[in-house]
Amino acid sequence: MTAKQLPKDPYNIIITGVGGQGNVMASRVFSNMLVEKGYYVTIGETFGSSQRGGSVMSHMRVSSLSAWSPQVPKGKVDIVVTLEPIEAIRVLAGYGNPAVKVLTNTRAIYPAGVIAGELSYPTLDEIRETLKKLSARAWFIDATDEAVKLGNSILGNIIMIGALSAVGDIPVGRDDFSAVISRTLPEGKIADNLKAFDLGVKMMKQ
Amino acid sequence: MSYLIDTKEGASYLVMGNEAIVRGALEAGVNVASGYPGTPSSEIIESFSKVAKERNLYVEWSVNEKVALEVAAAASFAQLRALCVMKQNGVNVASDFLLHLVGSGTRGGFVLVACDDPGALSSVNEGESRYFARLMEIPLLEPGTFQEAKEMTKWAFELSEELKQIVVVRSVTRLSHASGNITYGKLSDEARTAEFKFGGFVLDPDEGIVISAPVAWKHQQQQKKVEKAREIFEDSPFNTYEGPDRPELLLITSSACYLYSKEAINVLGVEDRVGLLKLGTTWPLPPKLMIKHLSQADKIMVVEEVLPFLEENVKILAAEKASEIGIKTFYGKNDGTIPMTGELNPDLVLAALSTVLGIDYTPVPEEYDQAAQTSAVSRAPAREQVFCPGCPHRASFFSIHNALEMDGRGGFVCGDIGCYTMAIGSTGFHSLKTLHSMGSGTGVASGFGKLGQFGMNQPILAVCGDSTFYHAVIPALVNAVHNKSDITLIVLDNSGTAMTGFQPHPGLDHNVLGEEVPSIDIARICEAIGARVEIRDPFDLEGTRETLNELIEDASGVKVLIMRKACALSPQRKNKKDYDVHVDQTLCVGEECGCGRLCTRIFGCPGLIWNEAQHKAEIDEVICVGCGVCTDICPQGAIKREEVA
Repeated sequence: MTAKQLPKDPYNIIITGVGGQGNVMASRVFSNMLVEKGYYVTIGETFGSSQRGGSVMSHMRVSSLSAWSPQVPKGKVDIVVTLEPIEAIRVLAGYGNPAVKVLTNTRAIYPAGVIAGELSYPTLDEIRETLKKLSARAWFIDATDEAVKLGNSILGNIIMIGALSAVGDIPVGRDDFSAVISRTLPEGKIADNLKAFDLGVKMMKQ
Repeated sequence: MSYLIDTKEGASYLVMGNEAIVRGALEAGVNVASGYPGTPSSEIIESFSKVAKERNLYVEWSVNEKVALEVAAAASFAQLRALCVMKQNGVNVASDFLLHLVGSGTRGGFVLVACDDPGALSSVNEGESRYFARLMEIPLLEPGTFQEAKEMTKWAFELSEELKQIVVVRSVTRLSHASGNITYGKLSDEARTAEFKFGGFVLDPDEGIVISAPVAWKHQQQQKKVEKAREIFEDSPFNTYEGPDRPELLLITSSACYLYSKEAINVLGVEDRVGLLKLGTTWPLPPKLMIKHLSQADKIMVVEEVLPFLEENVKILAAEKASEIGIKTFYGKNDGTIPMTGELNPDLVLAALSTVLGIDYTPVPEEYDQAAQTSAVSRAPAREQVFCPGCPHRASFFSIHNALEMDGRGGFVCGDIGCYTMAIGSTGFHSLKTLHSMGSGTGVASGFGKLGQFGMNQPILAVCGDSTFYHAVIPALVNAVHNKSDITLIVLDNSGTAMTGFQPHPGLDHNVLGEEVPSIDIARICEAIGARVEIRDPFDLEGTRETLNELIEDASGVKVLIMRKACALSPQRKNKKDYDVHVDQTLCVGEECGCGRLCTRIFGCPGLIWNEAQHKAEIDEVICVGCGVCTDICPQGAIKREEVA
């Protein structure tokens, strides 16, 4: 393989969220973008609760040298991408470290215990404060809200992928995304996905 | 065209472990594949079905794992290459046939892919298929990487043909459901013809009859195959060693634990102190290879998930060869170095390795860790798994719960395996009180239903899914009718094997290859068995509840209520709203209602949320799928629905 050297090898990404948000799809698309660029990628994920409102996580190990285990060791994540804000906090408790970066979608999905009034959900300000405290750099993006404006809330995951590419640690971008989705998605969905990706990139530059 | 049948040798793809297994089988020229869905194995048959036409495969979802193994065995008997796949507890189901199969032997290459789920990430057990290899005396292969999953599956067919015996390839969730880069080999271009030969000498393995008798002789033949496998395994490229010639500690591992072990050694930077022996051929163990490596070190650590299968086998060998290899100190499960339950991960291996080597390892600064843990407790409320928005099971269990409350005699529900398993928790109103294997709710209920002579007067209910009904409920239902047990079986018919991804089952009008097939009607089967049968739409809450109470009170024997509504994620319902739903804020009286927040505290659909500021219920537009069932639970009639044109 002739992939460019990474800021850290392996570079560890965790994409997290709630079942049904397109977590698995996001990790697949981004990993395939990396494979286009010649990296070894290992994705570790669990599908069991992926559609049933549970917390979900995809661990992505990116390396220009070799394959790594499908689970990131404790304290070794480099960037957390979260489709649901409190899930980032959960992930940091397991895998965070002072140098971690966090990219957060601001749209809450309330756990059953919160809806039932047994548990309380933090305010967005509390979430911001916590994530800033536990990371070296934190970005907050209204991905779901923007996706709704695009006509489909599920595109929030692609907006986040666009934003992740704009962080710049890993040299992948729009062309890689376009190459992957033209291979994996039906023709009719390409334009909307590209629009969502571009929006994610743009939101990071604002 | 699927990337799984790219003919370019040397092509590289990012694939799931399950897909790597499929590619390996395609490179081996597999002809027939069968299985029953179960996480983490389900993608294997699905992937085969997508390339069935191009590769001239016969692929089927069988009614259960035992039949799946029988179907694939027929192909092997007819000299074809066959693969059968199931999750760990499926191997239990198939084991009766397997016991006889290993006695009769096989012909065409025959591979059983068993996908275990250490840690029960998607199971209600963490059963071990590895022990079946020892129990049944057949070879066991365990891939440790994605590439190996492909190579090993391919080789398993050759090994099977050489031994005339079925070979087990065992995967785990973290391999089956993880993805990695693999490099393709050549797709097979062999075209085999099926013929079952039986006219030769009766004991001839290729042309005689296929039978496990005479047992003593056949069993002896079977054990000779194990011996042959042992010899072949001595030179297997799937057993690898990395590390110094005389390591301080020899770490022996297999499967996904190989990657964790490698990572742990790397993180601690102890490559010069620890030798890593990764075994791909874990049963029977090749003795010469083992003696060679066991002689290298005085301290041996075995890293594996769940039970100490490898550890026990290594220890037996070490005891037998003690005069050659010397006395060893073992670290593993029996001395508590490695946990005896649950899955492993790099951290658990790191902890074990750092303890044994006397290294002080702290992954993150204590101050950070403390802050992160505190934040998780105070600001990341637990997220319980719940039925999806629009799920018919929530409505079904709401009615079951209400019917039992109304009945008031302490009735309860016996359950089994499916999404509805979650009805042990609040999302199903804690309705399930027993929960075991596929179909066992009905069998257990059949037993409870006969305890009246000992004074039991609680109503007995059982639930099962539609796919489960065909898999294992029918014999239990026959048993209940034959023995005049007084039970009510509720079939939660959501039109597919929903939990594992909508695999077709015998109740549907199409099979995995997309062909039209006869649909076998659950209601007619139940009637033919002799049960009273009713059918309801679970979204008709009041009608369902009334019917249930009537059935529970009917003491005439076995009653079946079929709750028929497709899964909210099914192709026919997904992304299709029946209703636009909203909460009329002028009608919702919030906590003043007197219903105790039935909508958001009890019913618990994620699409119906509580606005803390307004103290009123509202719909979360992003989550609500527009099933409209919540309209019927609000005593104020504040939840409004309008049909979507």
